[in-house]
Amino acid sequence: MEKRFVMHFPKTLVDKPIMSTLIRKYDLDFNILKAYVTPEEEGTLVLALSGAEEKLNSAIRELKDMGVGVQPIASDIRMVKELCTDCTACIPLCPVDALYRDENFVVQFDAEKCIACGLCIKGCPTKALVFAI
Amino acid sequence: MKTIKEINERIKEGKAVVVTADEVVELAKTTSIKKIAKEVDVVTTGTFGPMCSSGVFLNFGHSKPRIKFGGGRVYINGVPAYAGLAAVDTYLGATALPDNDPRNAEYPGAFKYGGAHIIEELVAGKEIHLEVFAYGTDCYPKKVVSTRLKLKDINEAVLFNPRNCYQNYNVAVNLSKKTIYTYLGILKPELGNANYCSAGQLSPLLKDPYLKTIGFGTRIFLGGGVGYVAWWGTQYNPSVKRKENGVPAGGGATLALIGDLKQMSPEYLKGASLTGYGTSLIVGIGIPIPVLDEDIARWVSIPDSEIYAPIVDYSNDYPNFTGKTLGEVDYGRLKSGEIELMGKKVPTGSLSSYKKAREIAETLKKWIEKGDFLLTESIFSFPGPESGYTFKPMKEGR
Repeated sequence: MEKRFVMHFPKTLVDKPIMSTLIRKYDLDFNILKAYVTPEEEGTLVLALSGAEEKLNSAIRELKDMGVGVQPIASDIRMVKELCTDCTACIPLCPVDALYRDENFVVQFDAEKCIACGLCIKGCPTKALVFAI
Repeated sequence: MKTIKEINERIKEGKAVVVTADEVVELAKTTSIKKIAKEVDVVTTGTFGPMCSSGVFLNFGHSKPRIKFGGGRVYINGVPAYAGLAAVDTYLGATALPDNDPRNAEYPGAFKYGGAHIIEELVAGKEIHLEVFAYGTDCYPKKVVSTRLKLKDINEAVLFNPRNCYQNYNVAVNLSKKTIYTYLGILKPELGNANYCSAGQLSPLLKDPYLKTIGFGTRIFLGGGVGYVAWWGTQYNPSVKRKENGVPAGGGATLALIGDLKQMSPEYLKGASLTGYGTSLIVGIGIPIPVLDEDIARWVSIPDSEIYAPIVDYSNDYPNFTGKTLGEVDYGRLKSGEIELMGKKVPTGSLSSYKKAREIAETLKKWIEKGDFLLTESIFSFPGPESGYTFKPMKEGR
């Protein structure tokens, strides 16, 4: 199975090779969707983990025990086209190019690529991007 | 040389040649300016961006017994409106917020609802809640009013925007190490993005850079209805630095606009929530430019690639009003989605919708072609560069 997570690493854990150790230990595959680590500060990692369900859950438990904040990405982002004015304010905010402008200057949303970081929701002046429950 | 009178005659006969500003730019690639001046009668423009200096004058009619708004407090859907006019008049501004909105106390504030959203709701025919708290006089004894009404129940509803239609505008970037929240959108740290707000070659005042055809009384497309240019806009600056083609290299002219809200449509008047900044009204505007001579034909044909905007750091230079710019970039590059700045590739975003601007220019073109919209001779022209009229900073201190 594959699950997507947002992980927050506290200052004390940022420079430790936690993920690579766990991935070997539990035989998981991973795909980093977004990483943001500032020196002497917290780190944020958005990644997809795949492997056996039991092993995946054990790895998550171990991460939480170490003090890593782990949040599964449960909600998806949806574009309400009737509210969108095609202004493009959201486009440069998207870290994975899920939002783009087509040749007719219409803003398009590729839900497959979206990692639900939520930045576009804050950046949309007409609230056309929403968390779908 | 043509006159507005002659063009109007052709419009009435259904013979006028009307093209959008996008179309005339294309045309100019294969046609001489001389020919464009001769053959094209009208060029239609369009813009659809947030314009904070917008609002509506409203007259609610008299209550029984009568109440005097002036000097009291007026709320519409919990948003304060101006209480400094006569009995039942008020002005609701786009950026007004409910008293209990946390604003940026919860940074960055969401600014989900404000005056601009009420204007959109009114135009959409939705019910609003009016509350008035007055002090009471002998002739206006009532002290409290609380009623629900719609746009059709109100006497006058007049959109009056003291500053719209900025001729040109800054491109905003962020050189600092943290995300900032501005009226030009969210700016990611260290040149994470570059945001602009203009329709470029489709934008009204970029196509008539010296306002030769636009002045007091010019009839325009406003918010989906017909409106008029009511004055030059606040912060009007004809003395702005210009490029060789006459186009301002920044800010420049602005317009004050007026129109009947009851004619307008929520398609072209939209409330905006700018995270960390506030609310604003997105206003759809289209201005027809009569092609009277070769000068005007040349100006309307100027393409995106020859219109430049200044790049400004909104983490320091803009808030501190240093006047410093980081360079300039043309609208062709901005619209491509990526610019190069300080050796870095920077993705761009626009707060102004080019798609809607095109729709407006097309709609205005249709109105004129059908003979529903005639051009106006302006009653007087606004100050030009030769006037020395300029835009002063605030005088502070004693």
